[in-house]
Amino acid sequence: MRKFWIVFSHTYLSRVKAKGFIISSAIFLLLICGLFYLPDIIERFSGNSEDPVVAVIDDTENQQVYEALSASADGYKPELFEGTEEAARQAVEEEEYEGLLVLRQSEQNLPEATFYSMQLTNNVSDDIESQLQQVKVAQAASQAGIDEATIQEIYTPVSFEREALDKEAKTEEELAGSQGLVYILVFGLYMSVIIYGMMIATDISNEKTSRVMEILISSSSPVSQMFAKILAIGLVGLTQVALIVAVIYTMIQVRGSELDGGVLEFTGLADASPVTLWFALIFFILGYFLYATICAGLGSVVSRMEDVQQLVSPVIFLVVAAFLLSMYGLGSPDSPVIVVTSYIPFFTPMIMFLRIGVLGVPAWEAALGIAILIATILVIAWISAKVYRGGVLMYGKGGAFKQLKQALKLSGNIKNKK
Amino acid sequence: MKLVLQLKKVTKRFGSFTAVDQLTLSIPEGEMFGFLGANGAGKTTTFRMILNLMENTEGEITWQGKKITYGDSDEIGYLPEERGLYPKLSVKEQLVYLAKLRGMAKADSVKALKTWLERFNITEYENKKVEELSKGNQQKIQFISAVLHNPRLLILDEPFSGLDPVNVEMLKQAVIDLKNAGTSIIFSSHRMEHVEELCRFLCIMKQGKPVVEGDLVEIKRSFRKKNITIAADYDVSFLKDTAGVIKYQETQQGCRLQIASAEDAPTVWKQLAEKGFVSKFEVEEPTLNDIFIEKAGESYA
Repeated sequence: MRKFWIVFSHTYLSRVKAKGFIISSAIFLLLICGLFYLPDIIERFSGNSEDPVVAVIDDTENQQVYEALSASADGYKPELFEGTEEAARQAVEEEEYEGLLVLRQSEQNLPEATFYSMQLTNNVSDDIESQLQQVKVAQAASQAGIDEATIQEIYTPVSFEREALDKEAKTEEELAGSQGLVYILVFGLYMSVIIYGMMIATDISNEKTSRVMEILISSSSPVSQMFAKILAIGLVGLTQVALIVAVIYTMIQVRGSELDGGVLEFTGLADASPVTLWFALIFFILGYFLYATICAGLGSVVSRMEDVQQLVSPVIFLVVAAFLLSMYGLGSPDSPVIVVTSYIPFFTPMIMFLRIGVLGVPAWEAALGIAILIATILVIAWISAKVYRGGVLMYGKGGAFKQLKQALKLSGNIKNKK
Repeated sequence: MKLVLQLKKVTKRFGSFTAVDQLTLSIPEGEMFGFLGANGAGKTTTFRMILNLMENTEGEITWQGKKITYGDSDEIGYLPEERGLYPKLSVKEQLVYLAKLRGMAKADSVKALKTWLERFNITEYENKKVEELSKGNQQKIQFISAVLHNPRLLILDEPFSGLDPVNVEMLKQAVIDLKNAGTSIIFSSHRMEHVEELCRFLCIMKQGKPVVEGDLVEIKRSFRKKNITIAADYDVSFLKDTAGVIKYQETQQGCRLQIASAEDAPTVWKQLAEKGFVSKFEVEEPTLNDIFIEKAGESYA
């Protein structure tokens, strides 16, 4: 057990002290800080410029449409153009105006418009269109003899409240909170399997390539070394996450008042229930162990760094599949596909958590999913340990599956005792 | 003489292939034991079984009377044939870590490693990365990693390969000192003169089985074939056809003969005396090289 901790602390420290780790963490943390100043930065770029000016030629009676538009203009500034349409178009081409709006009266005595601008993709035109729509509705209504108050009434949204009868169902606030958490967990798990699973596999195959492995495993049992590595790199991941959380927390302290809680509101973290948070932690840890043990087993059979990628890629496909499934599941969490996949251990950490977070799943279902997951982790850990014991002594070439088979065969010959 | 490491009828099979077959060995305490054999004779497999890296299919391996386990790894040092260190770690970090894994406290290992670096004249490399070192110096670091924790049993697989003669002498002296300090050493090499020089006991493996085993002096004595070195200023090639001569090898001064037994020497001498004067006629014990080629070499034929 003492040697387990020696391998553990060596793996952890050599990873954390590595230049690559320090630099990549620093860049990532800086990016996060930058994110908090993003609104300021955007403002700096766009804030100084005033709303774009749009030239208006109004052929309607008393220029009433222009009056109505300029009263409610938002995001642009209408300006009556004195002169011919030709001259106005010329002015737009010379970029004096953002665009030219030509207003006319239709046969039904309703407003019509043509908008000229340099490009069709012009967000000002959308604003104008929706305002014009309102003006048109008001005019059509008054022509039909309906008064303002009635129109207001027509346009008031219907009163529609949602009320869930299932006792385990989430309140709307909770739902928003869990959806944010599901996003974070699914994405976090996806990233950490790709980053840290790969790290484990490369760490092990590194020791094999440099042939220091034979000395290591003659000093202490290979299986305890494998688990020491999985835990140590897990801790490296936690260190990185802790740094990120610390930076986000400080930034919220520093900048929070100026941000109107934008970030927190988006993720809805503040509203998430503590139970969901605990589930997030459990599934994250279990998910990490599941994929980390697979990567450790795979890393031990390859003897060249180039082969690591190739052998680990099926695992990454699994995670990507889980990721896509859960993105789909956020929209329809009760679809049969999601229910079934939530019991498949490779997807459980993401999909079952999604169901728990969004739907409110009976306790026994969650427990069953976790039980299957833990059982799978134990089985995979057992297989990986077997592969590892055989794999670390193997320096053959050949296909991945041949290697795996050979490693299993060889491990039957290897001592099991601690 | 105390026997510290014993292998009793140890067999190792990989599927249908038998790598080590009914090997029985006793390694005496504080002695150097030569473990020889052609490539693929089962030497590395035997080492790996002693080191707990592999389970023996049959038989028993005991260390100081008890079945050997990972618990004994602190008392064992290993220099594998395939050298390997962490290329990115400094000499000091590396050696301290490997010694820790063998149960040595950091302070002790730092002290011991300074002594060893001084002994091998490489103190300036203490904080250098291993990948920056020359191959010979990496070899020395590898050797230090095997002995730093003062093992009671030391397994050296080809310790001197790739070293220049000066460094070979340096390492050889270190091995002898360790032996004199009471370490039991298993030494594997293809350089017969090294084994002859260092080992009192030895074993030659062939296809997983020991073909020669025991005290080097006795092995030589019981080997019936002898060598004769002859120096003469005339053609001695007619000796090829003399009865009892097995091998004839021409040299600058004359020839070197291998004869079936000591009794054949007078016959050769008589033939020569008829022919004329010889400046040298010497009957010698066979070299270990001769014995090795005879006993382990047939598979090459």
